[in-house]
Amino acid sequence: MNSSESKTLSFWEDDGRFSGIFSWIFTTDHKRIGILYLYSVLSLFAVGVVIGLLMRLELIAPGSTIVGAQTYNAFFTVHGVIMIFLFVIPSIPASLGNLFLPIQLGAEDVAFPRINLLSWWLYITGLILILISLFTGQGAPDTGWTFYVPFSEYTTTNVNVAVLGVFILGFSSILTGLNFITTIHRMRMPEMKLTQIPLFGWSLYATGWIQVLATPILGITVLLIFVERTLGIGLFDPAKGGDPVLYQHLFWIYSHPAVYIMVVPAMGVVTEIIPVFARKHIFGYKAIALSSLGIAFAGSLVWAHHMFTSGMSDTAVMIFSFLTFIVAIPSAVKIFNWVATLYKGSIVLEPPLLYALAFIFLFSIGGLTGLVVGSAGTDIHVHDTYFVVGHFHYTIFGGTVFGMFGGLHYWFPKIYGKMYNKKVATTAWGILFIGFNVLYFPMLVLGIMGMPRRYFDYLPEYQLGHVISTVGSWIVAVGLILMFYNLYRGIKKGEPAGKNPWNAATLEWTTQSPPPKLNFIKEPQLTRGPYDYKGIEDDTQYQ
Amino acid sequence: MTHNTSKDYIGAKIGMWLFLFTEILLFGGLFVLYSVYLHRYPEEFHLAGQELNVYFGTANTLVLLTSSFSMALSITALQKGNKKLCMILLTITMILACVFLFNKYLEWGAKIHHGIYPDSPTLLERPKGEIIFFGLYYVMTGLHGLHVLIGSFIILIVLILVAKNRVTSSDFVAVENTGLYWHLVDMIWIYLFPLFYLVV
Amino acid sequence: MHAEEEHIVEFKVLFKVLIALFMLTGLTVLAGSVDLGYFSVAVALLIATAKASLVVFFFMHLKYEGGLFKIMVLLAFVILAIFIGFTFFDVAFRTN
Repeated sequence: MNSSESKTLSFWEDDGRFSGIFSWIFTTDHKRIGILYLYSVLSLFAVGVVIGLLMRLELIAPGSTIVGAQTYNAFFTVHGVIMIFLFVIPSIPASLGNLFLPIQLGAEDVAFPRINLLSWWLYITGLILILISLFTGQGAPDTGWTFYVPFSEYTTTNVNVAVLGVFILGFSSILTGLNFITTIHRMRMPEMKLTQIPLFGWSLYATGWIQVLATPILGITVLLIFVERTLGIGLFDPAKGGDPVLYQHLFWIYSHPAVYIMVVPAMGVVTEIIPVFARKHIFGYKAIALSSLGIAFAGSLVWAHHMFTSGMSDTAVMIFSFLTFIVAIPSAVKIFNWVATLYKGSIVLEPPLLYALAFIFLFSIGGLTGLVVGSAGTDIHVHDTYFVVGHFHYTIFGGTVFGMFGGLHYWFPKIYGKMYNKKVATTAWGILFIGFNVLYFPMLVLGIMGMPRRYFDYLPEYQLGHVISTVGSWIVAVGLILMFYNLYRGIKKGEPAGKNPWNAATLEWTTQSPPPKLNFIKEPQLTRGPYDYKGIEDDTQYQ
Repeated sequence: MTHNTSKDYIGAKIGMWLFLFTEILLFGGLFVLYSVYLHRYPEEFHLAGQELNVYFGTANTLVLLTSSFSMALSITALQKGNKKLCMILLTITMILACVFLFNKYLEWGAKIHHGIYPDSPTLLERPKGEIIFFGLYYVMTGLHGLHVLIGSFIILIVLILVAKNRVTSSDFVAVENTGLYWHLVDMIWIYLFPLFYLVV
Repeated sequence: MHAEEEHIVEFKVLFKVLIALFMLTGLTVLAGSVDLGYFSVAVALLIATAKASLVVFFFMHLKYEGGLFKIMVLLAFVILAIFIGFTFFDVAFRTN
């Protein structure tokens, strides 16, 4: 990973006070922390994918195929816990956000570099606790990642350890958000106003607020599970006067905004990619910035749409259903603005844009199916069915994860100073895209037909859908392997990439690839807006 | 590329306030539960609340308010360059915190001695609203007490830093941020006190 | 760089705030002995909020901070109010 253009050490080589592995695990360099997070979350993604593949294998036929019911319950619980808390929630902010937010702001680092490192250490601690819960005592939790009472109160599996892990992971997420909010307020280069930061920054800002304000509710909720199990307090136990529905309120007060922690940064990545590959200024900068804040706020008002069938009041059902439609509005603003940016642009169809386009398509399906579940009447029919499973995989996997893959392909040359094979990347993308729809579209159909979620057995009429879906999972696996192998080859043997292979206009493209430890060799000059491509091919700061 | 090594005073304060927001929301979840159960069990909450000692509660409130006062004073003192006064005031704050915790220990001790504790046979014979009241009482005052304890240690650390001149009248954000934390702990108690001791 | 950012709250001001806090504490204890039905909770919360405001604005210096801090603090409390308030859409309208 030698920087080919100047003699300044890249952040990969510039070790600082420690040497070897300690120069990584005790680093305070936001880029190294970003890499630590990147490799951590991708490893956990791989684990989550393997569990997912095993689940799909079990479901290829009715009855017990490869595991029994108890193991299957543990599978879907652990799949959810790993994918949500150990992969998707940290994914973009902690890896790509850490790597590029300070550079995009013209800063040397985040506001609190040591707290940034603490964030990663808390992540690892949470990870270890989750792993312990899998392999000790009575085994992995079987409650679903939602840990609903009353079952989570009396199941003998390792819920205590697992929720402690979740608590610590929540704290890790909070610190990242806190760091980014402060960074955006305080660490910008002096000439850069808030209305001139890249929209990726705005998405991380909005996400940071959700992380700070919503995650503590998760903290208290899992703490209460722990306290219920160990002390028998009874706050959710009807025998002691408690209300189990209140658990659901507390849980979803966090977990609904959490999905916006997941998707808003990915939208930020898409907003970075589209103008670059349309060679055109983003359409509606202010609208997109405001829509990020709008999604964060509106998303905090709708949590009980997960509870339409829980027994809560009809009044609440109607109000939360109504409010849920409102969240669609700022999301739609983004989609319109992306399409408007592409319209009459000079489209350059490179892998990052392919992933961004896939995001728009897949997230739109996810969002539209969201209207079906968000509408109380139709939700009665599809709640806790495979329709919901299809919906959230379209939004989270088709949305956030495809967005992250787009970000990886976009920023890869900057991180590693090399370029991957674009043809293979495109092929992998195609396989992934097709496989994704083969895997998840049948779930929407199965759900409407009545196939319940979290069931390891089912009636024969559902088998065709399950078989197709399982085959889809294999296609996705092939696509993922090809995609990651191609990126790996790019790291090892890729052609050297210059400063700015995409001719983008945000500040990270003015520095060498990979960046040096302090991000810039020369103090960056703010000579153009983040999406201003006029004359960039001749701009020496960017070439 | 020049290196800006001076600390960002405003940034440090923003960071601390953001952390305080997480504490507000952490306790906030418990206030969600309290408000729902107060709505559901008004009579039982009133009856159970009467079993708490209003004198202890009021005394503890005054103790904590005074400790907030001494904490705020300590910052003013340091800003004015009076290191010794600052240290005295920080010490007073810690002592008052210990008084609060001691009172809590006495209160909890009395309740437990009478068989009122989570999942106790005595408690389970009571009406459901009272079981919930005491459940909330232990969880909320317990979590609060934990924060008082942690706060005391943080104040101790900051006291040592002031003594060693690592925190000074020109770089005092550590004391100010400690104060912010302490005042938040005080503020939570300001709400807990009437909700548990003065339920009408 | 520090001088224009820092604000010193004088001993006298802090002492007056403490006295006010003590008086409000007395008031809330008194109010706790009067049964006003639903209003009793409202009165208790109102007094508590008055006390909390004194702590936030004077002890925590929010009065002397810039607009950004004030908006952020307001936001945190508004969000909490929404979480509590919206839960009541369920709890206050149950028919079972």
